[in-house]
Amino acid sequence: MATIFIDNKPYEVKEGQDLLQACLSLGFNVPYFCWHPAMHSVGACRQCAVKQYKDEADTRGKIVMSCMTPAADGTRISIDDPEAKAFRKGVIEWLMLNHPHDCPVCDEGGECHLQDMTVMTGHSYRRYRFKKRTYRNQYLGPFVNHEMDRCIQCYRCVRFYRDYAGGRDLNVFASHDHVYFGRHEDGILQSEFSGNLVEVCPTGVFTDKTLKKHYTRKWDLQTAPSVCVHCSLGCNTIPGERYGKLRRVSDRYNSEVNGYFLCDRGRFGYEFVNSGRRIPQVLVRPERNVDAIPVSREEVLEHISGVLHFGARVIGIGSPRASLEANFALRSLVGPENYYSGMSEKEHALISSIIKILEKGPARSASLNDVMKSDAVFVLGEDVLNTAPMLGLALRQSVRQRPMEAERRLKIPDWHDAAVRAAMQSERGPLFIATPAGTGIDDIAAGTFRGAPDDIARLGFAVAHELNNELPEVTGLSSKVHGLAKRIADELRNAGRPLIVSGTGCLSEAVIHAAANIAWALCEKGRKAQLCFAMPECNSVGLGFIGGSSIGMALKAADEGRVDAAIVLENDLYRRVDAAQLDRFFDKVKNVIVIDHVFTKTSAKADVILPAGSFAETTGTVINNEGRAQRFYQVFIPGLDIQESRQWLRDMMAASHIPLAGQWKTLDDITAAMTEAIPSLKQVREIAPGATYRETGMRVPRQPHRYSGRTAMFSHFLVHEPKPPEDTDAPFSFSMEGYEGRHPSPLIPRFWSPGWNSVQAVNKFQREINGPLRGGDTGKRLIEPGDIERPAYFTVVPAAFNVHDNEILVVPLYHIFGSEELSVISPGVAELSSKPYLALNPRGLKGTGTKEGEEIKLILNGRTYNLPVKFMSDLPDGVAGLPFGLPGSQWVELPAWGRVNPENADIVQ
Amino acid sequence: MKKKPLTKNIRPGRGPLTLKEYEKSGGYQAVRKALKMTPQQVQEEVKASNLRGRGGAGFPTGMKWSFVPMGDDAPRPKYFLVNADEMEPGAFKDRLLLEGDPHQVIEGAIVSSYAIQADIAYIFLRWAYKLAEERLARAIAEAYAENYLGKNIMGSDYSLELYLHVSAGRYICGEETALLNAMEGRRAIPRTKPPFPQVCGLWGKPSVVNNTETVCNVPHIISNGAEWFKGLGRSGDGGTKIYGVSGRVNRPGAWELPMGTTIRELLEEHAGGMIDGYKFRGVMPGGGSTDFLVGEHLDVKMDFDSVQKAGSRMGTGTMIVLDDKTCPVGMVHNLEEFFARESCGWCTPCREGLPWLAKILRAIEEGKGEAGDIEILKEHTKLLGPGNTFCAHAPGAVEPLQSALKYFREDFERHIREKRCSYK
Repeated sequence: MATIFIDNKPYEVKEGQDLLQACLSLGFNVPYFCWHPAMHSVGACRQCAVKQYKDEADTRGKIVMSCMTPAADGTRISIDDPEAKAFRKGVIEWLMLNHPHDCPVCDEGGECHLQDMTVMTGHSYRRYRFKKRTYRNQYLGPFVNHEMDRCIQCYRCVRFYRDYAGGRDLNVFASHDHVYFGRHEDGILQSEFSGNLVEVCPTGVFTDKTLKKHYTRKWDLQTAPSVCVHCSLGCNTIPGERYGKLRRVSDRYNSEVNGYFLCDRGRFGYEFVNSGRRIPQVLVRPERNVDAIPVSREEVLEHISGVLHFGARVIGIGSPRASLEANFALRSLVGPENYYSGMSEKEHALISSIIKILEKGPARSASLNDVMKSDAVFVLGEDVLNTAPMLGLALRQSVRQRPMEAERRLKIPDWHDAAVRAAMQSERGPLFIATPAGTGIDDIAAGTFRGAPDDIARLGFAVAHELNNELPEVTGLSSKVHGLAKRIADELRNAGRPLIVSGTGCLSEAVIHAAANIAWALCEKGRKAQLCFAMPECNSVGLGFIGGSSIGMALKAADEGRVDAAIVLENDLYRRVDAAQLDRFFDKVKNVIVIDHVFTKTSAKADVILPAGSFAETTGTVINNEGRAQRFYQVFIPGLDIQESRQWLRDMMAASHIPLAGQWKTLDDITAAMTEAIPSLKQVREIAPGATYRETGMRVPRQPHRYSGRTAMFSHFLVHEPKPPEDTDAPFSFSMEGYEGRHPSPLIPRFWSPGWNSVQAVNKFQREINGPLRGGDTGKRLIEPGDIERPAYFTVVPAAFNVHDNEILVVPLYHIFGSEELSVISPGVAELSSKPYLALNPRGLKGTGTKEGEEIKLILNGRTYNLPVKFMSDLPDGVAGLPFGLPGSQWVELPAWGRVNPENADIVQ
Repeated sequence: MKKKPLTKNIRPGRGPLTLKEYEKSGGYQAVRKALKMTPQQVQEEVKASNLRGRGGAGFPTGMKWSFVPMGDDAPRPKYFLVNADEMEPGAFKDRLLLEGDPHQVIEGAIVSSYAIQADIAYIFLRWAYKLAEERLARAIAEAYAENYLGKNIMGSDYSLELYLHVSAGRYICGEETALLNAMEGRRAIPRTKPPFPQVCGLWGKPSVVNNTETVCNVPHIISNGAEWFKGLGRSGDGGTKIYGVSGRVNRPGAWELPMGTTIRELLEEHAGGMIDGYKFRGVMPGGGSTDFLVGEHLDVKMDFDSVQKAGSRMGTGTMIVLDDKTCPVGMVHNLEEFFARESCGWCTPCREGLPWLAKILRAIEEGKGEAGDIEILKEHTKLLGPGNTFCAHAPGAVEPLQSALKYFREDFERHIREKRCSYK
């Protein structure tokens, strides 16, 4: 600890920080622009000036930038010094010379850091009488709006986009008072993280284009803490609603998970909630193949009670995109033996395997924060930027760890970002990537390997063998691959915090086993090796806890005529099982009840369709890839017949006179029942205060203190102000009444603090800058490594991949925009989504005259698909790629051997 | 000739010496001599000579070199850079050396590089110096051919690659850290110090950036010794200095003179005094970013400390004279337009403050000045002071303004009062 003196009062601060960070951590209001907690100091804006004194005797002092000055022991500064204050006011005056006075029509208004800092420094009168500069704005794609006239040149956008996120198509151009931040020409921003510009920009240059379409001020948004549902990482979010429409999603800081950032799929995928694909009302299909017709709640429940009569053989098919509670309610309704996880055979096996590895092995699962701090990484089989994008962003930071050590030896402090980057140049720590096709983070890799899943696994097993020669040896490796394995093993062995990344992306158990073997071998050597697995959906791990068998078993039961009725929970089975098999299932099962929030191919066949709430309209728990259980809260009350899935299930129980229904009054009751039935979920009870939590007798208001129009919102049909609905599941109110003050961290509905109206207010909620939220980060890790002597290593090494004559191995490829079911319903994401294609290495097509884009026939599992060809020159010989889950594509079991254009079959090597 | 070591080979109207001619006049002897010394000895000699940086800041060159990590475990490669990006308004002294005697620049670069054991040297040349570019390129090729550059120079185990880099052209590139960023192909914005370039410079490696004139002094110090060098000057700072005078004088030009020659001697003897009909009003002693000095300062010696004591900076030593028929507001306005345009755009005070000043000055000059303008100008000379901005660009830029407000305030007030420029 160091003691620093601020306006002559001593304060204890952590060593190795800059003064700005120290002051903000202590709760002082020091204005800033170019500094960002994740990107640190560069000293450009000069806004954070304070007076520094040499010692007690020094009364003159000199102006320094607090962000560029170390908070070393004995440092004496004054924030309130009149000269420093005048300078800070001067900086704002300069910034405001050219800043347009368009706050009333600016999307940033009301949550603008520039507004906040202007008020904070006290600049109010304009002395500049000359013309303001103007710029031409650019079209940057469907997510981000550009309004350059508002720019105050803090450089945060380019520092985030380029330095932090590795983007290339946003830059700063020109110089002096004409610097321009944008692209070299109009066009869609290429980075997967472009949406963060909206929060990184301290004013209204980069704003949320999806919000603009249905604009609402921050003060008019009803918000609640939530968790992203678009991949398995469980990034924390704050969705905002008004008039029954979800307006936007912004970041909710969690130092262990997503920190200050979100990926574009997570930020902009929310619009599915407002889409025409939503199921608005209860629908019943009088008979198969006719249109479903709306019926009342009462009618449908009566109908269902008939279906679920005593003795009926009812099965439940759960979903990895539904909450633990909803899945558990389904499991309780049908009984554990009739509950199926809703994951495909393979997915089910892979997830079970991963959970076992994390629970039974010595390697700890890594949070995204752990990933960022890793100093040597091996990625096996996972295209992280497309399957778990924020993991890619974290890996980008991890490669800075090793060179950072060298910078520390040069006495360059970590926070001195410009100096660190000048010293580090393009030096990077070891990151190795083994995937079937190129990935978006190959540019930072020390080595890449392209191979079929089995060959990736073999490379992994070879690395494990290098680390522990008692582990199975991989024979028949080329000397190049063998050398690579040695190099990877050396780097991992020499690292302080090695990390192995893998996941379900390759759909290969061998790849996952190899990853585990490497991490375990490192652990046995005394290294703190961690494992990070990307998984398909937001609650894939949660389903692993709930148990149940795979869809395949459900189909089998149906095939055998053992099923009278099936309840399908928030699951489009056509995305997980072969269509023909499913059609057969529908033929066999007379009554299929689908509870979901969007129409799917499955609901199109269902006999009963019950409209469920989306993540924004429900409260529940999901478990992310790390094993962290996190609570998401209902943001708003949906209209029409929509209600939470677990509510439908409870209503069904009540209608069918299942006594449990009576006991389940609130979410807490279900949680209690769930944690009793499944002891490994016990800690879920502790992730957040229960529904009865009150602060000085008050709830947490979902609506901010400046929420407007309360008495006018319904006046077109009701002159009374209706009583706000009561939330029985959470300690939040659907109004602006409630406790305005510090809330327990899982209940923080938005970051907002007096004088800090923008997202920058988060510093008032952190224990210290970049530290956990006051009260601790949200979520509880349910998986901790076992305390075992010797891990149960995997011993089966797959055989080397052999290129087949006339056949090609088709492996899945992923798209951040398109492969995920819900986000792609959002217009912006849909616009960026790829059309289905078949990726082939042009090497294998030589002499066939096949051109890119040309349609080609793929025969797979006995079915023919006509797909345009996409050239992907880094695919290994004999391997083709088929994008997963894109709209318009069909589910295919992968990896699988297929044939391409069989009439001239010789083209495939 | 020993009195004017830097310019002894330079003759008006004649091209530069070829390598052979240069050798004949004693050239490249310093390289031969230095290679027989240890790098530390070379550093010590330069330190003892009290050679101070001729780019404007006057930092002792030997001291600058001494921060470079030496020895086998020093990071490699190390870089030596000749700052030939002369762009200071009023300065043309480096141009004289670059065009007049390119081999001297190269020899200086070799000896200096040897002193810090640099592996690679660059001459960072102003884009507009086309003639210098052509002559340097030829001279470098000659030096390579004679093994003054390249592998194992003159049979020693010291090797050096020297490249000529022609700048894309920004004033700020003359700032040593902005120069490094420009060399790396980045935006030419300055870096903060620490870390100093000697430790973490070009591409993150130990680097030294020295001004052209500074570098040209080095071979002579090595050949003739530190004591000889110190003896050349008329004040504490050793050596000679290339002084320049521009403005309405009879013989504008540049001369190599003993360090510490007075302003009066420069103006009256070398520049031949003011042109008939023009009276001396003031002088910016070191180029466009230095404070005006006036009549009372004519006997100030032109060395770093004396000029500083008088309230200005010696800067490049190339002075601009203000006469009584030139509007000081217009002159300052012209300069501030230049400095505003040459701001790199990185830090707020410089990027936003300088254009505001330029606009106010233009308004005053055009008769559109308003009450309160002088206060804003004055306030800015403080707000843009050292420490408040990221680099020295803006503090230098407001030097002519702050001294103009001090010495010629009545001109500013009259412009505003009369709503016109009385010089027009």
